[in-house]
Amino acid sequence: MLQHIIQLLPQVLVDGITLGFVYAVVAIGYTMVYGILELINFAHGDIFMTGAFIGSGFLFLFISLGLMSSLPALLVFLIVIILSAMITGGMGVAIERVAYRPLRKRNAPKLIALITSIGISFILEDLVRFIAEWKTGNYIVTAPSLFNHTFTIDIHSIMPFFNNAKFQSSFIVVLVVTIIMLIGLDLFVNKTKWGMAMRAVAQDRETASLMTINVNRVISVTFFVGSALGGATGVLFMLQYGTIDPYIGFILGIKAFTAAVLGGIGNIRGAMFGGLMLGLIEMFAAANLSTLTGGLFGSEYKDVFAFIILILVLIFKPEGLFGKATIEKV
Amino acid sequence: MNVLEVKNLTKQFGGLTATNDITMTVEKNSITAVIGPNGAGKTTFFNMITAVYKPTSGDILLNGHSLVGLKPHEVSKFGITRTFQNIRLFNEQTVIDNVLIGMHQHLKAHWVGTLLRLPSIRLEEEKAKVQAYKILKYVGLEDYVNENAGNLAYGAQRRLEIARAIAARPKVLLLDEPAAGMNPKETKKLTDLIHDMRTRLDVTIVLIEHDMKLVMEISDYIYVLDHGELIAQGKPDEIRNNQRVIEAYLGKVAAEND
Repeated sequence: MLQHIIQLLPQVLVDGITLGFVYAVVAIGYTMVYGILELINFAHGDIFMTGAFIGSGFLFLFISLGLMSSLPALLVFLIVIILSAMITGGMGVAIERVAYRPLRKRNAPKLIALITSIGISFILEDLVRFIAEWKTGNYIVTAPSLFNHTFTIDIHSIMPFFNNAKFQSSFIVVLVVTIIMLIGLDLFVNKTKWGMAMRAVAQDRETASLMTINVNRVISVTFFVGSALGGATGVLFMLQYGTIDPYIGFILGIKAFTAAVLGGIGNIRGAMFGGLMLGLIEMFAAANLSTLTGGLFGSEYKDVFAFIILILVLIFKPEGLFGKATIEKV
Repeated sequence: MNVLEVKNLTKQFGGLTATNDITMTVEKNSITAVIGPNGAGKTTFFNMITAVYKPTSGDILLNGHSLVGLKPHEVSKFGITRTFQNIRLFNEQTVIDNVLIGMHQHLKAHWVGTLLRLPSIRLEEEKAKVQAYKILKYVGLEDYVNENAGNLAYGAQRRLEIARAIAARPKVLLLDEPAAGMNPKETKKLTDLIHDMRTRLDVTIVLIEHDMKLVMEISDYIYVLDHGELIAQGKPDEIRNNQRVIEAYLGKVAAEND
């Protein structure tokens, strides 16, 4: 049994890392907004989904304009992902302005904002479904592929106890781009003036405003950055997995949110780590559950397995792996 | 020349009048103290100047421009920053980051440059850090640059609050009980610092303080509040012997028996 698990390990790592980085970037969007507003922005998963659809829309547009054959795939990809990120970033800012800021101004309870975000989530899903059906006749869209060359890591010949791992060229794109996004975000938060302002606002909004920081602008910047990263990850998801529908954001959003909680909600590096961990656990479970349980549970129980791990972690460390235990202010 | 003018400032919370019809002028480059027993409305007064509270009526002028109706970040951009009675640092961030946050409006936003780690941007970051370090050295915290603000000793936290406030290069600096909880030695250091800031930083200082020795020693002019009313104003010597002030602090009967 152990031998079987080890054999599959290279493939589990490849798949787990891909999925883990996707979770990581989406989790950051949840954790940043939570850190600053104490709001679980359920619409964030659907921003991710919208990014995937906008990206595939651009690809279809490029095909119909005949640009695909004349431009290198990498350039097309860069144009598409940057445009999609800008649009979803703008959407995030707009959603905050229209839906959340008026509530904040009236000091509405946080629960109201939470319900609002669920509403926004439905609106986005139906809007995208409507447009997709109108344009393509079906809400499940198979996106044009850009990077579908398959590679095999021939690890078996060097270390015979491993099986070979296979991956598509899109795997490398996902890996490189998500790592760039994570490093870029880390630099942004720790080095730039708006990143520092963001941390200040997350800790004490009123004091930050007395230090010349425009709190509303910081919140807009936060939504822009989180949503742009989410949308860009949607594009990556579309390229990696090919088929998208308006409901991919829901499950993935829940899992990314879980990753954020696992890492300690409000902690950006924690979200990165939590995402990666959840992706790996999930893929490990998918590959090995049936072996581990003697065929009783198949790979479709991977989510249950992942969430059991989550619950165990939270029982022993309720503030998450990197979170600080909060002391209730009296 | 008056840098700060307050005209007939009143704040009511429901039926409760926290400050009533306060008028005062603060001369440029002076040290002005606002004193009074607990609950006199001093902190409410500071909160109105910094736009945390909106006055019920009256006006606040900085160099002749009204501040009423502005948002807190706009007022602080205009040149009024403050420290807090109960220290409010960004505890989970380093000492130097606290000062850098104070410098927010003077820092430039190079999004792309920072992410690409361009040399010119790095130089600019370095400059800002050097500036922040100088400020920390000035208040005597240069040994704690990378410590988390929350780990500092009490007196050091008070000085860090001052460092953060002067990092914004304010025209008027509001100090809310800067000596609270300090021992005599720390208070002496603070007194020297306040004196020095006035001359070196060309800043006008308004402070709320209960330590009468400090107030009398340091202030050019004193305003006394009691139950939200302005009951006296004058130079330290005039306030020291003012009958109404003594009554407010000790109670009427005790003052008569004295």
